[in-house]
Amino acid sequence: MWNWLKTLYHRLGSPKWFYQITGSWLPWFAGATLLFMSVGLVWGLAYAPMDYQQGNSFRIIYIHVPAAFLAQSVYMMMAVAGVVLLVWKMKMADVVAQALAPVGAAMTFIALVTGAIWGVPTWGTWWMWDARLTSMLILFFLYLGVIALREALKPQEVAARACALLAIVGVINIPIIKYSVDWWYTLHQPATFKLTEKPAMPASMWLPLLMMVLGFYALLGWSVLLRARAEILRREFKAGWVREILQRK
Amino acid sequence: MNAPEAGSTAAQIQARAAAFCRLTVKKSNLPGMGAVFSAAVKREWRLQVRRKGDLINPLVFFALVVVLFPLGISPTAEILAPVAPGVLWVAALLAVLMSLDGLFRPDLQDGSLEQLLVSGYPVAPLVLAKLGVHWLLSSLPLVLLSPFLGVMLYLPWQGHGVLMLSLLLGSLALTLVGSIGAALTTGVGKSGVLITLLVLPFYMPVLIFGTGAMQAAIGGHPAGAHLALLAALTLLALALAPWAIAAALRIAVSGE
Amino acid sequence: MYFDSLSDFFNMGGHALYVWTSFGISLLLMAANILLPWWNLKRTRAQLQRQLRREAALNTSATTAE
Repeated sequence: MWNWLKTLYHRLGSPKWFYQITGSWLPWFAGATLLFMSVGLVWGLAYAPMDYQQGNSFRIIYIHVPAAFLAQSVYMMMAVAGVVLLVWKMKMADVVAQALAPVGAAMTFIALVTGAIWGVPTWGTWWMWDARLTSMLILFFLYLGVIALREALKPQEVAARACALLAIVGVINIPIIKYSVDWWYTLHQPATFKLTEKPAMPASMWLPLLMMVLGFYALLGWSVLLRARAEILRREFKAGWVREILQRK
Repeated sequence: MNAPEAGSTAAQIQARAAAFCRLTVKKSNLPGMGAVFSAAVKREWRLQVRRKGDLINPLVFFALVVVLFPLGISPTAEILAPVAPGVLWVAALLAVLMSLDGLFRPDLQDGSLEQLLVSGYPVAPLVLAKLGVHWLLSSLPLVLLSPFLGVMLYLPWQGHGVLMLSLLLGSLALTLVGSIGAALTTGVGKSGVLITLLVLPFYMPVLIFGTGAMQAAIGGHPAGAHLALLAALTLLALALAPWAIAAALRIAVSGE
Repeated sequence: MYFDSLSDFFNMGGHALYVWTSFGISLLLMAANILLPWWNLKRTRAQLQRQLRREAALNTSATTAE
């Protein structure tokens, strides 16, 4: 298993192999996304029982939580890709990191918007400086920073390494930001009703949530592969194998 | 050209190798780290004192931003006093950030940054020398100016000591963390807004603990816990930021 | 089905506005995250193919000129 993973890692480092193998992965990611999302959506929206406190607005959990979950893990993935780029000089890591940033920003935005909308029936306002929402907002700015830095720097190798370093610095800072915001929140606000903290959810509630998380991950993979493939073609345009592929079609 | 030079016998190769080794041994006669560090401090001091505008402008910026608030909110003490800690801290934080923009750009343009990176000396301490001088010359005056602006915002008297102490500790962390952004944007022509976007999210914990300390002091509570956390943040930044700055500078130089 | 009727389902117990706007905006954004890169991939391919043809045409005209 370990050796298999090692071989996969080394092969994915080659743009040619990455492009060819991900072509056959795309339909699987697409299928998994549509399957898990539709099951999760129908189950969560129509079949899961409603929360006795929040009523049916509780169903927003089925997108808010997976989006918030992904928003954080995508930033971690970006930092891991950054380490791979800076330590092992694997250029494909940057292609992946570049593809991850917009999806991560979109997920953070979804978590923010759904959190704000959820706030109306729960708290009575469109925005509350809730610890979780505030951290999410800061995370959104972190994503925008990485995207803006890549836009500003030339040439591309410099931008790649600078963004990798920024993502790593960001990952070290995220726990500090989270902790300080939690601390600030308890200092300024009396403990209020938290959106997603629930005592033991019944399976009929968390199973659709699990489906949605899986669906979100598949969507992430699908979107990242689509972006990465276009980027590989652009970056490796001078390579013979890219020309062959382009001529074939 | 093709013919080997006269006498490439084993003995002569050995002699040449020995000469090379002696050369490398000589290298250790180069000035030690301490001497290089103090030379870097002296150089930075001279350069930064000469750029008077860069030292005074952040102070004026700090004062101006503070003046905007009474004009924008209300000149009455009842309204200004409660927001004074936040206003002072946000203004100081932005002033520190503004002073950092383009900190490394002159060094990149005149080639001294590249010299520093290829010199073989550890880069992080030399970066620290630069930041130390910068902090002394631009953040320390800011700390000394802050109580006057505090008076103008009707900051309660018991808040002034903590204001200066928290800014003293906090501005170190702000300088260290902000310099990562300054180093990353060294190669960008105009980076004013970009560095703000990169660095401000990282400033939020410092702001939270800094204003937290002041609010505790004003409320009559001990501010020790907040200040300790602020000091911990500063120490963490002191331990990690120089390495990140050195790495960012290497990246910036590689793009030239 | 948890709801008694379809209109009940759309009404979401009075929370229809919040639930459906949240899901609508999210699904729209997620669809954009698939469709935009997809179109971009297609466009990139077409653009590079055009460039390749142009280069080929330039090469042949250069060799015939010689």
